[in-house]
Amino acid sequence: MKIKRWPLAACFSLLALIALIALLALGLQLNPRELPSPLVGKTAPDFSLMRLDKPAQSFSPKEMLGQVWLLNVWASWCTSCRQEHPILLELAARQTLPIVGLNYKEIRGDASIDQDKIEPSQELLVAQRRAQDWLSSQGNPYQLTVLDLNGRVGIDYGVYGVPESYLIDQNGLIRFKHIGPLTNEVISQSILPLLAQLKR
Amino acid sequence: MDKRINARIDTQSSVKISTRIKNLIALLPLLILSLLLAPPLAAREAQPLVADEKTEQRMLLLADELRCLVCQNESLVASHADLAKDLRQEIRTQIKQGRSDAEIMQFMVERYGDFVRYRPPFNRSTWLLWFGPALLLLLACISLFYQLGKNKGGQQQRRKLSREEQQRAEQLLALPEPNAGKTNFPSETKR
Repeated sequence: MKIKRWPLAACFSLLALIALIALLALGLQLNPRELPSPLVGKTAPDFSLMRLDKPAQSFSPKEMLGQVWLLNVWASWCTSCRQEHPILLELAARQTLPIVGLNYKEIRGDASIDQDKIEPSQELLVAQRRAQDWLSSQGNPYQLTVLDLNGRVGIDYGVYGVPESYLIDQNGLIRFKHIGPLTNEVISQSILPLLAQLKR
Repeated sequence: MDKRINARIDTQSSVKISTRIKNLIALLPLLILSLLLAPPLAAREAQPLVADEKTEQRMLLLADELRCLVCQNESLVASHADLAKDLRQEIRTQIKQGRSDAEIMQFMVERYGDFVRYRPPFNRSTWLLWFGPALLLLLACISLFYQLGKNKGGQQQRRKLSREEQQRAEQLLALPEPNAGKTNFPSETKR
């Protein structure tokens, strides 16, 4: 009797152990930074921000209605932005889709700047100069860039890790959000198929 | 001679001491006066750290319920991340605009998802999270009672020995103990 029962219990415990290990292994594979954005499927939050190229003008996402476009959040202090920049340049060179840059907290987001040393009146000027310098040295893939100095628009878009990219459709709906630097895989596996589907 | 001199010195020093005490007594009213006057001059009631304490308290209560997405294991209250600072300010602004706690919570969830809440709502994707522990407990109880039941059955099924086994057992019991007669240690017997 005893001999018969043992393997069954052992098999069961072993199976349970394997299941637990598999579950934990699966958990380790997941990236806790990749959160499903509740904004996907919703209208892109509206804003009106100063343009970097033409400071007298402002830009609103409404101007892009009728087009599928990419909103890319960047800053000159963001090192991962440098990493994804060649991919954006390539997208722009191929004229795949219009890309709008949202410069996120150019001064206030930079940990290396002593915020107290910058006069509030100087913030805009310094931010403009830094952003322009960065674009002229790295190349400018953007149709235009807007300045979100205090990050308030960033809050509306749920930005918590620059760079972030939003694919927005003709009706102004956010169709896809990517957190972190864009990679060739993200472009070829997510953005291009979606773009083809949306343009149909 | 010696004693006289000593006595003189004694009187001299005692005179010195008495003049010192007199001086001190003369200073005493001044000392008391300064003690009486000093506290109201030096200390003031502590200034509040924030201008609007009610807003701050509501903000802290709300922020304690919200996760900082930059350092995901910290609440918005505990986090030093820039985003946490911005969001705390945003909560303050919204409180001053007269928004309710529920509205502010909704504002955060709309932007960052349910993950931003430390107390996730009950829905299709979170039912396991809510009932998981209870489910595990139930499973553990079931298996415990199963095991206990099994053991009880085992005791009842204690079988009788077969004839050969009985004989072998009796033989073994009848054998003299291997240590019999060696109860004392060798060293002790020598003595």
